[in-house]
Amino acid sequence: MAYLDHAATTPMHPEAVAAMTEALSTTGNASSLHTSGRRARRAVEEARETIADALGARPSEVLFTGGGTESDNLAVKGLYWASGKRRVLASAVEHHAVLDAVEWLEQQGAEVTWLETDSYGRVSAETVEAALDASDDVALVTTMWANNEVGTINPVHDIARVCAERGVPFHTDAVQAVGAVPVDFAASGASALTMTGHKVGGPYGVGVLLLARDVKCTPLLHGGGQERDVRSGTLDVPSIVGLARAVRIAVDEQVSRAAELVALRDELIASVRAVVPDVIVNGDPVDRLPGNAHLTFPGCEGDSLLMLLDARGVECSTGSACTAGVAQPSHVLLAMGVEPALARGSLRFSLGHTSTRADVEKLAEVIGPVVERARTAGLAGMRRNRKVVKQ
Amino acid sequence: MSGGVDSAVAAARAVEAGHDVTGVHLALSAKPGTLRTGARGCCTIEDAHDARRAADLMGIPFYVWDFAERFTEEVVEDFVAEYAAGRTPNPCLRCNERIKFEALLDKAIALGFDAVCTGHYARLAVVDGRPELRRAADPGKDQSYVLASLTDEQLAHAMFPLGDTVKDDVRVEAASRGLSVAKKPDSHDICFIPDGDTQKFLAGRMETKPGLLIDDETGAVLGRHAGVHEFTVGQRKGLGIDGPAPDGRPRYVLSLEPVSGNVRVGSAEKLAVTGISASSPVVHVELDGPVECVAQVRAHGGTAPAVAELVDGVLRVQLREPLKGVAPGQAVAIYREDAAGDVVLASATIDATS
Repeated sequence: MAYLDHAATTPMHPEAVAAMTEALSTTGNASSLHTSGRRARRAVEEARETIADALGARPSEVLFTGGGTESDNLAVKGLYWASGKRRVLASAVEHHAVLDAVEWLEQQGAEVTWLETDSYGRVSAETVEAALDASDDVALVTTMWANNEVGTINPVHDIARVCAERGVPFHTDAVQAVGAVPVDFAASGASALTMTGHKVGGPYGVGVLLLARDVKCTPLLHGGGQERDVRSGTLDVPSIVGLARAVRIAVDEQVSRAAELVALRDELIASVRAVVPDVIVNGDPVDRLPGNAHLTFPGCEGDSLLMLLDARGVECSTGSACTAGVAQPSHVLLAMGVEPALARGSLRFSLGHTSTRADVEKLAEVIGPVVERARTAGLAGMRRNRKVVKQ
Repeated sequence: MSGGVDSAVAAARAVEAGHDVTGVHLALSAKPGTLRTGARGCCTIEDAHDARRAADLMGIPFYVWDFAERFTEEVVEDFVAEYAAGRTPNPCLRCNERIKFEALLDKAIALGFDAVCTGHYARLAVVDGRPELRRAADPGKDQSYVLASLTDEQLAHAMFPLGDTVKDDVRVEAASRGLSVAKKPDSHDICFIPDGDTQKFLAGRMETKPGLLIDDETGAVLGRHAGVHEFTVGQRKGLGIDGPAPDGRPRYVLSLEPVSGNVRVGSAEKLAVTGISASSPVVHVELDGPVECVAQVRAHGGTAPAVAELVDGVLRVQLREPLKGVAPGQAVAIYREDAAGDVVLASATIDATS
């Protein structure tokens, strides 16, 4: 089995499993005042310090959440509500956790400016600047650090700067970036940053919102007042401990891992192109996530490719949203100006910390016949459709 | 895999028989989340979930394939157009012809599969190199009628593992296999009309033309109506006629005339039909001259002994006993009686009756 879907989720690091497993058999609510509670609190605070150190934040800026979706929702809605302003600037290629939160705010009366991207899916600081200058009522700007589908990296430092110059909070979803590229919260200039455990070798169901100390954020969850009163809820000590261990390792190994993954990723693209010469690589060819290869196979349906590859032991993603499992063309590719038919014929291969050359070789071995077969199936569908039109 | 008990057991039997099986759920609704509400159709989110759980249990891959556009064009729009033309379509039959054993089958074959296996109740074998379709062992569930219009080429790539089993036993088998859908109720309604209100569905999708209710014998105008889509041949209730017929007998819809908007009504005897003329025949067993057979004119019931003959591409069926409610647009399937399950000889679309 060649697992080429690390951007969906990546295996937990054995050290994170060990740390989490040990914590699972320890009792203690981190909010309790007795000995067990203090022990739990200590584990949480050490984890917080570890994560802060790894990501260039202060410990008090680390808010533990239930994952990337919660962190995104908390940032988008919380910054909006706390600002008293009406307009949200968001890129059109955000993950649905941001996109749908912004759309929901729009239904509730917010004004939204969708920031256009170039054909690589990148938002420029100039675009953000122009949108900021067009309104004096901007509550927040949100653009992802790196795109989860096509892998393009945004100029977040420049975007943060133009936001800071105007005193507008800037949130960035760095779920795909942490561990893959250098991420330093303070140096980035962002006001809020989302990351999640299961993309960096940590557990599912735990994430972080880095929230700068001076940024006001209205909570989504009210209760016991944990996490600076911004995110109430009993702290999930084992997950937090596992997360901290995973973040530490992912960030420490980032530079060497990125070099390995870039080499492996380029080999993947080259080996696919050798058998499928008309394959299209989406996203920025250079300034992209090290493990991401997002490819369009003209004439194919992505879901056919995925099924055929799965049957041959290669796991990847169509990178598209699903409604009851029905594939829709990716909003990211459409925003980049890709034709819907080509968008449907796209696959995301993503490498991670357990990827090997054998995974890439396995893909290279099967991709030729798979594409050929998917093309035949695509043509069969088109023939039938023409016949129907004639009737 | 619709998410119902039949397709789940059919898949399980195919797996057990040693086939390399992939579960496919058809997404057919053009508006996910609207038509998909209610769990008795064939394309709700709950049904997709149930199908996926059944596939999980069997350990087979499972995918949702989106045929919503094809389904809308070839089944739903055809359904509306047929009603608008005063005929009574059978959308399940159309779906088998155009979606399950055309769109799905074509894609499956192109992707390297050999056959589409469904939970239909019918027996299928190969005799002298040709597919032979027979009624199911469960007479109450037999679906050979809605499969009879498939061509031999389509049937050659079909599998119906439930044909030899009665429904009650299928449910018992599902339970013993641990399938959670074992007790799920059967679907009855047309899947794209989940509330069962066909008239309302049609009224929103076709030009409705008010017309007259006319006594077929006297030519007298008995009332007015909102459009022919509100009626089907053989209908007795809800005609909106104020008083009874002079002779006190109930009146039935005899025919629909979409051009004039007239709906002709008359007595039960007038409804009885003995001659059927049907076009676009699909022949499974060559008919050499007139053949003795049993004719079936709708999905459930409506059978009579008959003599059928193929003349210049038209299937002419002479019924030995009259049948009521024979509606143009429906299929007539003819069978050769056989103790091991009546054999489908041919199917054609009813054009006219006499």
